[in-house]
Amino acid sequence: MARRVTLRLGFEGELRDVVVTIPDDEPAPWQWGEKFSVVGVATPRLDGPLKATGRAPYTCDIQLPGMLYGAILRSPYPHARVRSVDLGAARRLAGVRAALERSGATIRFAGQEVAAVAAVSPEIARDALRLIKVEYAPMPFVVAMDEASRPDAPDVFESGGNVGSPHLNEIGNVAAGFETAAASVDAVYTTPVQTHVSLETHGAVASWNGDELTVWCSTQGIFGVRDDLAVHFSLPPENVRVITAYLGGGFGSKFGAGHEVIFAAELARMARAPVKLMLSRAEEHVATGNRPSSRQHVRIGAARDGALTALELEQHGSGGIGGGSGSAAPYLSLYRCPNLRTSEHNVNINAGPASPMRAPGWPQGCFALELAIDELARKLNLDRLEMRRRNNPSPVRALEFELGARAFRWEERARAPKARGPMRRGVGVASAVWHGIGASGPQAQCVAFRDGRVAVRIGTQDVGTGTRTIIAMVAAEELGLPLSSVIAEIGDTRYLFSLPSGGSMTAPSTTPAVRQAAAHLKGKLMRLAAPALGAEPEDLVISDGVVRVRAEPNRAMQFADLCRRISGDSLAADGEHVPNYGGYSMTQAGCQFAGVEVDIETGIVRVVDFVAVHDAGAIVDPLTARSQVNGGIIMGVGFALFEDRRLDPQTGLMVNPTMDDYKLPGVLDTPEIRAYFVEVANGITNTGVLGLGEAVHVAAAAAIGCAVADAIGAPVRDLPLTPDRVLAALGRV
Amino acid sequence: MSRRPRDRDIIEKIAVPADSAADGGGSTLSRRSFLKGAGAAAAAASLLGVSPAEADVSAPNPPLAGSAERLGPGPAAFNLRINGAARTVAAEPRVTLLGVLRDHLGLTGTKLVCDRGACGACTVHLDGAPVASCMMLAVDARGHEITTIEGLGAPDRMNALQNAFVSNDALQCGFCTPGITMALSAALGANPNPSPEEIKRAIAGNICRCGTYPHVIEAALAAAKAARGRA
Repeated sequence: MARRVTLRLGFEGELRDVVVTIPDDEPAPWQWGEKFSVVGVATPRLDGPLKATGRAPYTCDIQLPGMLYGAILRSPYPHARVRSVDLGAARRLAGVRAALERSGATIRFAGQEVAAVAAVSPEIARDALRLIKVEYAPMPFVVAMDEASRPDAPDVFESGGNVGSPHLNEIGNVAAGFETAAASVDAVYTTPVQTHVSLETHGAVASWNGDELTVWCSTQGIFGVRDDLAVHFSLPPENVRVITAYLGGGFGSKFGAGHEVIFAAELARMARAPVKLMLSRAEEHVATGNRPSSRQHVRIGAARDGALTALELEQHGSGGIGGGSGSAAPYLSLYRCPNLRTSEHNVNINAGPASPMRAPGWPQGCFALELAIDELARKLNLDRLEMRRRNNPSPVRALEFELGARAFRWEERARAPKARGPMRRGVGVASAVWHGIGASGPQAQCVAFRDGRVAVRIGTQDVGTGTRTIIAMVAAEELGLPLSSVIAEIGDTRYLFSLPSGGSMTAPSTTPAVRQAAAHLKGKLMRLAAPALGAEPEDLVISDGVVRVRAEPNRAMQFADLCRRISGDSLAADGEHVPNYGGYSMTQAGCQFAGVEVDIETGIVRVVDFVAVHDAGAIVDPLTARSQVNGGIIMGVGFALFEDRRLDPQTGLMVNPTMDDYKLPGVLDTPEIRAYFVEVANGITNTGVLGLGEAVHVAAAAAIGCAVADAIGAPVRDLPLTPDRVLAALGRV
Repeated sequence: MSRRPRDRDIIEKIAVPADSAADGGGSTLSRRSFLKGAGAAAAAASLLGVSPAEADVSAPNPPLAGSAERLGPGPAAFNLRINGAARTVAAEPRVTLLGVLRDHLGLTGTKLVCDRGACGACTVHLDGAPVASCMMLAVDARGHEITTIEGLGAPDRMNALQNAFVSNDALQCGFCTPGITMALSAALGANPNPSPEEIKRAIAGNICRCGTYPHVIEAALAAAKAARGRA
């Protein structure tokens, strides 16, 4: 059963009526001009007090009676066969309760798992690792992408050949496009391997009760971990319960049950006691994923008016022994170009496998593309923002450019003459696009209790974005209740299914399911209230916690009084995410402006300020949304200026697996950030909420790179923009 | 995988009493003798069939550091003052203050993140001053007043700074929050009227991977203003 509704969709300046077909039991999507009482109000996150007082229970904080501590032995060799593992001495150490080896493993990176132990204290577990005797047969290895690409390089895998076959995209005729270009740029850009550095490392606490397994896990996807464990232990999924009440960061690295989760559960089964296994900081850097490196050979040409005529990318990237190193996506969608060719090659090296990291591929691609566009604009003597406007396919971004340029004072700052002293200021602008439209799958439950409270339950997890808070806000909005009446219960596979929190999917996927569940609960409650108010259910409305007859507002009852009429303990209703309706737009545009200051005597770059303008559909909580913008930009500062996983070519070891040698942005590196949202009613779901976490990270490093090139009058084409590279670009070293 | 030796690993080994080593080595600590001593101590413990954690901990509270005391390698009982209360702990002398707080006393608000004093997540107060509890042995905290995040407030009675953190959304995943709160609360105690620059310097050693710094600065300014308003 379906019905058609006409929605007013779009944004200020481009509104249109769109007809969508929705299921009968689905609330009509929020549209332009919707009046809200809870949604859209800056709201402190509901779990703030628990977090601010140190009481929020993260995985690493779980303590169970008789709990043991696990630790993992890792290979010091980047490529080796494990001839033998002798666990005897480790097992005999007093306090050790279980030990296991990862059988038949060929080591392909330094830091790969070899064995694991569980002991009565973390200190004894580490002692036990030192007693494990491993005989390795080391093999030739390669940890540099350019070396790995040579024909005589050691093979990372037996199948041979470290360079994968290219992934191609081709539109139009690139050669012809370059012939018509008035100017072109041909340059190579590189980006380093970045690691996630989630503050809470990967890990789990595993506890068996017969053939039932409960795992507290630091994960972005509780159901994925549940399914992996169920398969590994040949258990029905319902025998495995995974809990992630609080998560200390993930950024894309925490999906599925990794070795540390499997080991925790294996050791717990062997020892007949719960086991906590949290990785060390060094293990976290080396073995739990990273953003792959890239080497991007870019050729780009434009006509005299700045219109792009041809764009070509020859890209190599390495995700260690993992793939996913492509960075062509921004080339295909940020700007209009009739002749386009991209070729991506994944190169294997003996290093830890890549995993998704906040907008995988995008910050790398965006940095190279945007810097190349700036170099081209200079050749054509065009304003760099004007060059982007000319090739911009998005009407939303056109408005964002206008708003951002005004807030940033682009016209004035981009034309300001350069100072003559050592401190040089520069500005840059870069575009972002994202697709945080969510996906189907999530199901939510809303429960009204006899005391007047309502619980929202959904098997999602809050990675720090404020999921708990926004789902409660959406339920409160739909039910006409104050937010204080609603509690959000998440992070447990005993709740209904939801998707992993990645790909900026959580807000757009969970909020429609929650809103539908709340609407269904409201329907049940209205049917309960109707006889008492002597009206039909469809004539009733709830607002501010009071149920009223629409035509006679004085005929009313308190929501709490209504709930006392619930028979039994509670009244529950489910809802689900309905596949996207198409609506106004399936993409979300953004742009960011950066101001930097460069000391041309030391080469030190300081990011001074940022203006960010983004489309996130309906903003549920502007307060937590601003936090995400800040975070996306600050992580971009790290990628632009500091972060670089370094491997020693002689040993294959990571030389900076810490938080002092692996440089991260701190408060003194943080620019002043102003965030603006362009409100877009997109109608793709009943809430029209879009994911924001990745959209706000795509352009940050690119904008900084462009600003540095502007400041010193020369591009620095390699990230991070360290002082030596800045000075080299200036010809000073 | 190879790990650089850390100060604490070396301290652990120096803490092994010389006469527990099989070579009966003298008091001169050469690199070679302390490494031999450490290995022998572990062997001795396992020969006795007593794990350090299971050993008798009924020994009297040892004297304070600085006097001629011997501790370890097995667990020793000692007292700490934490959040205004006396706590007795039985822990190996090599266990850090952070390890004792989290694993022995269940005070898990203080977080382990970098394990080498580089990120500020484990910050607690020692006699009112911020210290990295991952860089300090628990036995060295004897005789000092230790305050952890649990000592500042509870969810239903947060202090002004914690209230400001919540209302300004100065936290995202929240994992760095206890450490930043401890660093800031010490700074605000010393300087009730800080400038934004002074706030930044107070938390320059705290890493937040979610990038929450701008809201932390706002929260600190708001808390300072609220405190001045009450004064």
